[in-house]
Formats: sequence, C-alpha cells, structure tokens
Amino acid sequence: MARITAGISCSHVPAIGAAMDLGKTQEPYWAPLFAGFEFSKRWMATHTPDVVFLVYNDHATTFSLDFIPTFAIGCAPEFAPADEGWGARPVPVVKGAPELAAHISESLIQSDFDLTIVNKMDVDHGLTVPLSLMFGKPAAWPCLVIPFAVNVVQYPPPSGARCYQLGKALRRAIDSFDADLNVQVWGTGGMSHQLQGPRAGLINQEFDTNFLDNIVADPEALTRIPREQYLREAGSEGIELVMWLIMRGALEGPVREVHRFYHVPASNTAVGHLILEPLA
Amino acid sequence: MNKKSKPYADIPGTTVFDAEQSRKGYHLNMFCMSLMKAANRERFKADERAYLNEWPMSEEQKRAVIDRDYNGMIGLGGNIYFLAKIFATDGRSFQYAAALMTGMSQEDYARMMLSGGRAPKEGV
Repeated sequence: MARITAGISCSHVPAIGAAMDLGKTQEPYWAPLFAGFEFSKRWMATHTPDVVFLVYNDHATTFSLDFIPTFAIGCAPEFAPADEGWGARPVPVVKGAPELAAHISESLIQSDFDLTIVNKMDVDHGLTVPLSLMFGKPAAWPCLVIPFAVNVVQYPPPSGARCYQLGKALRRAIDSFDADLNVQVWGTGGMSHQLQGPRAGLINQEFDTNFLDNIVADPEALTRIPREQYLREAGSEGIELVMWLIMRGALEGPVREVHRFYHVPASNTAVGHLILEPLA
Repeated sequence: MNKKSKPYADIPGTTVFDAEQSRKGYHLNMFCMSLMKAANRERFKADERAYLNEWPMSEEQKRAVIDRDYNGMIGLGGNIYFLAKIFATDGRSFQYAAALMTGMSQEDYARMMLSGGRAPKEGV
C-alpha cells in the first residue's frame, strides 16, 4: 500500500525562484536563506519520495476570476511551469501521478470534500519554488507531483479546521491506494506577510514562532484560529498558512521535527520551513 | 454582508479581497490578467488609454491604472496578485509596488524589511 513518509512545509516567495534562476543564491542578501535549505537538500537526497502531494495556491495564473475553486486537484500526466508575465521559469516540466490523483479525488469526494478536478493546468511559482528549494536545479524533478491548489486569494478561503480535516481524509486516501509508493505531503505558502496597502511589509515573528511550535506539537490549537486572526496578525497574505494544516492533518498524531528554518525577509515575506516525520 | 458586519473591516491599512471587492473589480482584474500575454503588454504599452477603453471598467478604475495608483486600484476592487501583472509589465518588483503603497521610498522600505519588517503593533 502507499504510505505517507514525511510532511514538509515551505514558503513559496516568487523572488526566491528568481534568485535561483538568475544565479544570485550566493549574494549576501540571499545566502542566509539558501543556507537554511542545505540540510533539506541533503536529507531529500536520501528520502526522495515517489510522489509529492503538493498543496499550494495559484496566484492569478491558471485561475483568474472566471473560476475560483476552493480545492482543486491536478490529475493530468504533466503540468507546465506557467508564464506569469515575464516568461516561464526555466525549470523542468512537472510530471503528475494521474492514477493516484484519481484515487485521491474519488476518496476525498466520497469523504464529503467537494474537490474540483483539473485535467489541464499550468503551475506557477507557488508550486515550483518549493520544488526548487528542496531539489535544487535538476534536469528533471526526481519524483511525481500531484498539485493541489487552494483558494487563498478571494476571501473567504477554507478554514484551518477544514484544511486539517481534509488532511486527515487525504491520509486515509493515500493509505488505501494499492501500490507500493512513498508519498510526501507538502504544505506551502506563508509565513506572515502582507503585500498590499499601507500596511504592506508586516511581519509577525511571534505569530510565526507560535505557529511553527504548534504545527509540530499541537496542531488542533491552530485549527481554532479564525480567518480574521490570520489577516490581522499574520497579514492579508499570511492566511496562506491554512495550507500547512492540510500537510499536518495528513501526518496525524505525533511527529518528529527533523528540521526547522525561519528567516526574515525574502522580499516582503517571512520564510518558514519544516521537515516532519510521522511517529505513528 | 454590509461593511460594518465584516469582522475584518477594522484592520488598519488593509483591504480584504472578498466577494464584494471581487465583484467590483472583476473587469479591472481581468484586464490585468490579459497582460500575461506579451502581445497584449505591447499593445497596452503603446497606448494605455486605448487599451483600457477596450475593457468595461469604470473611468475611476482606468484613471487609477494610468496613474499607477495601487492603493486606489485596490479600493476599486483590484487584487494584488492581479495588479502584479501591471507592475511586471512596467518591469517593477513586488517590493517596489509594496513600498509605493506604504508611501515609503523603496530604500526605506527595503531597510525596514531587512530589520524584520513592519511590527504588527506599529500600525501604518
């Protein structure tokens, strides 16, 4: 049977992708950030999964205001890196896992999570930046990827509690897939940041630290944070953090913290990163 | 839901992109979306007013685009991820746009971010 071997959380700031693509990772501004992912790349080399279930959000790239799915699962055999207005990132095409994705779709919908099924879409920096941070610059991504897009652009996004429950159902879906596959679940986005209006530039290290502590030790406590509290305390775009709760729900029970990294700033954003392994 | 009953209406310096804003800003945001195509960016740059006139946007919205008044565009229903297509067309970064919206110089804004960002209690 398929099994979840690890959960990873990671911010997905577009400027990080640009820094990698333009060879700026050793510049003084960027070096401390990339240093935080050196361990992760080494760890990943010996823990490469067969499939990554990658929770992210689209940033007005594939989904305009014509369609705004709350939860969308990518079931295609491949997904092209999107041209977000300045040319597509020079990264490999993302290979999907259509059979597992179809199984997860059926299982989650039967568990009352009403997903939107997507058979054709390009993927933006929300998905490709975490891949770059964890795998570097390979000629081809070393695993398959199921993109799972969450609406966090138009309010209200799904609640943290709903995301956590979806993660639990995802665990059951993956556990019941009849194939010998190692699967990692990644929750991306965040941490605190605000990109708009006179309050742009907000960073809340206290909120972020508490969130990192609790996503490891007491995720149930995080499911009680209302949407407005994210907006108020973590900034209008900090609400992306609800996506981390899908990852944590999928791990269920106690976890081992393999790696933690936190850094301010990447452009306008506080970067947070965890590698977690299920103990159960 | 009227404005007063929105539990996020009092967050300083912040316009939440909710269903009301999205409805107001539909054409503005879809105009932004069109700038993802190189050919459209060229046409927009060649004659901004003529390009904007192809969209059923309000005059106020068109004016705000021409003036690059990002706070104005947000008030009129723009969402930052859509508006990003405008400053990308101008060859500007997210940090440039963020600084502009705060009224700070890009240097001061960058310095604030390097020293840990805007503290939540600072307000705006």
